[in-house]
Amino acid sequence: MQQTLENFFRALRSMDVRISPAEAIDAHKTVDTVGYGDREFLKDALCIALAKSEEEVGSFEECFDMFFTREEFQDRRDSDNPSSSDESGDGERSESDQDLIGDQELAQLVLDGSATDMAQAMERAANEANVANIRFGTQRGLFTRRILDKMGLRDLELLILRLKRSEDEGASDLAQRLEQGRRYLFEEARQFINRQFELYARNAGEQLREEFLLETRLGAIDPRDAKRMHRIVRRMAKQLATKYAKRRKHTKRGVLDVRRTLRRNMAHDGIPFETVWKQTKIDRPKIVAICDVSGSVAASARFLLLFLYSLNEVIATLRGYAFSGNLIEISDILEHKEVEQGIPEILDKVGFRPTDYGRSLADFTENHLDSLDRRTTVIILGDGRSNNTDPRTDLMRVIHDRAKSVIWLNPEPETFWGTGDSEMQRYKAFCHVAQHCSTVKDLERIINDVLKTYFRA
Amino acid sequence: MKNIVPPHGVDEKLASVESIMEGLGEVGYIASRRIATALFVAQNLSKPILVEGSAGVGKTELALSTANWLGLPLIRMQCYEGLDESKALYEWKYGKQLLYTQILKDKMGDTLSDTKGLDEAMERLHGFGDMFFSEQFLEPRPLLKALREEHGAVLLIDEVDKSDEEFEAFLLEILSEFQITIPELGTIKAVKPPLVFLTSNNMREMGDALKRRCLHLFIPLPDEKLERRIVASRVPDIEERLRRQLVAFVQALRAVDLKKLPSISETIDWARVLLLLHADSLEIDMVRETLNVLLKFEQDIEAVERDVAELTRKENQA
Repeated sequence: MQQTLENFFRALRSMDVRISPAEAIDAHKTVDTVGYGDREFLKDALCIALAKSEEEVGSFEECFDMFFTREEFQDRRDSDNPSSSDESGDGERSESDQDLIGDQELAQLVLDGSATDMAQAMERAANEANVANIRFGTQRGLFTRRILDKMGLRDLELLILRLKRSEDEGASDLAQRLEQGRRYLFEEARQFINRQFELYARNAGEQLREEFLLETRLGAIDPRDAKRMHRIVRRMAKQLATKYAKRRKHTKRGVLDVRRTLRRNMAHDGIPFETVWKQTKIDRPKIVAICDVSGSVAASARFLLLFLYSLNEVIATLRGYAFSGNLIEISDILEHKEVEQGIPEILDKVGFRPTDYGRSLADFTENHLDSLDRRTTVIILGDGRSNNTDPRTDLMRVIHDRAKSVIWLNPEPETFWGTGDSEMQRYKAFCHVAQHCSTVKDLERIINDVLKTYFRA
Repeated sequence: MKNIVPPHGVDEKLASVESIMEGLGEVGYIASRRIATALFVAQNLSKPILVEGSAGVGKTELALSTANWLGLPLIRMQCYEGLDESKALYEWKYGKQLLYTQILKDKMGDTLSDTKGLDEAMERLHGFGDMFFSEQFLEPRPLLKALREEHGAVLLIDEVDKSDEEFEAFLLEILSEFQITIPELGTIKAVKPPLVFLTSNNMREMGDALKRRCLHLFIPLPDEKLERRIVASRVPDIEERLRRQLVAFVQALRAVDLKKLPSISETIDWARVLLLLHADSLEIDMVRETLNVLLKFEQDIEAVERDVAELTRKENQA
């Protein structure tokens, strides 16, 4: 039974339910008190011990149902082959058959083993063949074969061959029945593997794809992965949010706050039993994000906006701007519209026109310069390709001098900076950080760093 | 000290899921099978239960009802930002210590008057032990109280998600070992492990360490059948027909896209209001006027008001 539970954990893990050894121990203890007798009871009890959030409860229920029903094999006696049991007379195997088969377990099993026996034998073989390791659909054939081998298929086949060659009437009859049984065995094994695959590997492909997307260049991501990307970015934003949501204050031990200490201890005649220490307040992160959505970064613009969306969930005081030919503020759209409507709306308003960095910077400094102060971090997402217009580096200097820091994230690798119409090398001088950032992973790392500077005491 | 008769048969009462469901039903809490199972497992594994679910589905009520049914004292600790161990665990009674020092000053003078030199006086003082840092001067706060209840207790740590991360970490010792350490007194272990409920509204994700130490119970919004039973148990005077209609109405309302879906407590409140107004069936005007009991946001009320007529008609036909 230990093995059953372990396999169950593995199935759960494949569905993104995290189970630590401590939880596994709890589950074992739970099973000890609850027992395997009452299915619903067991399900409820295990769910309470193992699933740790609302989503996990859903996954758990699905997985439980799938896992604990899989041993249901068809009973072939009634359905498939009613005549075979009649022939051998009340289920007793004739002695001549017995002699011919000898002590081959599998042959006996396919001949007249019950569905339960068959299920158990297959389960055992599956454990030996490590079926729980199955990952890909293409492995199904391999694992089916392995299970059958472990069950002793080779010996069965040799036996059938031998019986066929023999002249004896009874022997060829038996061979026929054995072949029938073997077909049944194949079918069951195939079904069994399919169920196992569903159980252990359904999400494996998805996980693999997501890992791959994390490392892919934003511009190269297929539009059909947009939904998936959305989910990934969301999750990333949520992680960042929980990481930085709290910790607004830092107690600085060592400096006594005299005023508040006296106030707190008035009840004790002013004798300072309770001390209050001075605290440093941590600034809320103030971020201004300016996003290039022009033709040259068209492929990644969508994801950059998606990212702004997620960032908006993390940081309450985010102000977003988008530009190509000119620049507009998009904070309202980020705040109130759903992603599916918001991104097309932004792209519709300013997207995909020839870039004019100079003009956009002018727009920004004219209309929105008051959003910058010495606590603001400016993040610019763009390739710095300005179609040979005046880059207006003077305005860049204004922004640089006013803000706490300016971070430029460029989807192009550094070797391309300054080639052609790229003004990156000139802009770079006015950035505290200028980095190549092309994958979701890069984005996550950089934003994490930015937020960290705010929360460091 | 208090003279409570030790509650009988707490263990027997928790011995099976059926008896738990029945028992909670007696005190007016209609528990689903999963809730009862959670209690059962918690009792057997001696683990706290982390109860999650949207506001008003009966998370806190579960703890209250359990305490009520088992006849155990309920010790409740409301969490909030800035809650620290001096408010949750123990506090020295500074005022009393101060007062006693004042009163005992003369006495001390007498006691020490015949000693020669500082050393000897000090020696004698040491002989009295830790006078001012002993149990008499300890003010137990909820957590310590729960550990010191001789016959066990129900400890409710309400809205644990509102507390700080440091406090969450501080809870770990008490949740896994049922013991706490006070530097001046040493480690205090529970006489009988209390039954612990933690509730959370998911204001923030709880840490893995805390989750790992708890059983997890998610209470969803109830289905129609369960909700009818709950209303019947909480508002017994309401008529069968009205009860059926109002529950169906609320269920239909939950399918609408609202900012805050009405949960069980709202249904019960609404049933009470309708009872007060002597309603015997749902009428459009009355529903419209009492909608603010069910819905807590202006936008939600506006959104639903338009459909009230249709929703009510449908439920009346049903």
